[in-house]
Amino acid sequence: MQTSFINIENIRNDFPILKRKVHKDKPLVYLDNAATTQKPIQVIDAISNYYLTYNSNIHRAVHELAEEATLAYEATRDKVAKFINAKNREEIIFVRGTTEAINLVAYAWGRQNVNKDDIIVTTEYEHHSNIVPWQLLAKEKGAKLEYIGVDDDGDLILDHLDKYLQTGKVKIVTFSQMSNVLGTITNSEEIVNRCKKYGVRVLIDGAQSVPHLKVDLQKLDCDFFAFSAHKMLGPTGVGILWARKELLQEMVPFNGGGDMIREVHKYETTWNDLPYKFEAGTPNIADVIGFAAAIDYLDRIGMDKVREHEMELTKYALDKLSQMKGIILYGPKDITKRGGVISFNLGDIHPHDLATIIDEDGIAIRSGHHCAQVLMERLDVSATSRASFYIYNTKEEIDVFVKSLNRAKELFRI
Amino acid sequence: MSSADIYREIILDYYRNPRNYGKIQDPDISQRDSNPLCGDELEMHINIKDDKVADVKFTGKGCAISQASASMLTELIMGKDFEYVKKLTKDDILDNLGLHDLGPARIKCALLSLKVLKSGLYSYIVDKLKDTTSADQIKEQASGLY
Repeated sequence: MQTSFINIENIRNDFPILKRKVHKDKPLVYLDNAATTQKPIQVIDAISNYYLTYNSNIHRAVHELAEEATLAYEATRDKVAKFINAKNREEIIFVRGTTEAINLVAYAWGRQNVNKDDIIVTTEYEHHSNIVPWQLLAKEKGAKLEYIGVDDDGDLILDHLDKYLQTGKVKIVTFSQMSNVLGTITNSEEIVNRCKKYGVRVLIDGAQSVPHLKVDLQKLDCDFFAFSAHKMLGPTGVGILWARKELLQEMVPFNGGGDMIREVHKYETTWNDLPYKFEAGTPNIADVIGFAAAIDYLDRIGMDKVREHEMELTKYALDKLSQMKGIILYGPKDITKRGGVISFNLGDIHPHDLATIIDEDGIAIRSGHHCAQVLMERLDVSATSRASFYIYNTKEEIDVFVKSLNRAKELFRI
Repeated sequence: MSSADIYREIILDYYRNPRNYGKIQDPDISQRDSNPLCGDELEMHINIKDDKVADVKFTGKGCAISQASASMLTELIMGKDFEYVKKLTKDDILDNLGLHDLGPARIKCALLSLKVLKSGLYSYIVDKLKDTTSADQIKEQASGLY
């Protein structure tokens, strides 16, 4: 039941959902972790404990419940800052998710800093959430959106970046630290270094990387960083935008309302200090508190262990899958360059048909374009199937998965 | 329904060897749609002559269910009276495919072809026949499909 790195049995016991059966009597094999992960009981308890014992709004009330809730909410901010090695707690902004974080930057920073004929650079392996906000900004401002291409190994072609940087017109380069389809781990530090030489801002989408790799913002040295709680054992509806303090200070607010103000008069308002300037309205208090329990959980295991476990599973799965006749595997072959995400196509079985078939065996995978239609176009496919692993997955589950793929081949007579 | 019931020989055959696959030059009806959830695409071309479907072709990308459904629908309506085609229902399509009790995620695959057909008929009836009463009926049928 275990890889050499973590005690899976203990971990699996913390996830009540892993005990359930699907399609009557099939044990759940959950391999859709790049979409969202399951939640350990510690996270579920933290949320329910808040509602059961100290539910209250935060920051302004003076009663005991409010004080407890405020302390718990703000404690999460400290944990997040430490987890990604951010210098200042006030650089951590709670948002709804990675998507909102990127939209916040595109709106609040982008509108002030991107002008006509400027260039915004993204990559061909971005999630739609790191493309569409920039398209909106580019259209509004008359700016251009350009793409760093992806080579046949699933790596970014950094020569493309140089070409754009040399125009002197690039304002921001935005990319994901790990592709949600190919699993490619981006050479982020190299990109940041090249951008710094030209004084170009960098946003990194950490939605797929923070849950699976040790992320150190001091090493990365980017300007904006975004990720989501629900892909790392936490609840849905919580995301983090980290940005350099001096940038956040210059940026206009994204949402206006309560909590983000210092003083409101009939026609003028002054903003609250960071991070509250960007947290208008009652935030998602319960889920932010639940997120702290998720970070504690990952800290206890250790992100190095998480990574080693996933590498071992990925290697095991790739070895088995690559032996299957008719399979096409996407992404880097070098295990050290990829995360625990495997996209593939099997013969002429459409991914939706494949996902339907193996679902009957209790296996949850993703099928479709994975919100990455630009990449699908690059790969010249309309869809792929995707299996993605996390700390509670086992080699035995991969065996079940491979067996089920063989059943699909039989059904499709290939 | 189980995969073995869904992916019968006939569905796979229509998926791999789609009948009436292709395009018509200057068709009377040309309609395209996609399923935003999964990206399945379908384009249908139809020629109407003497109140009958004189020719129908489709092109598309997608799963076995969506593509077999489209191909089998073209066979179902080829040569049929326009009135018959207008009245086709969701159950007619599912009967034709032999697929019942598809889950909510996959029934959309089976019905994309009917949605494309109904939308195409709607435009044809409004733009060419100027028959707003029939058009409204069709629009209502089409909106209930997803």
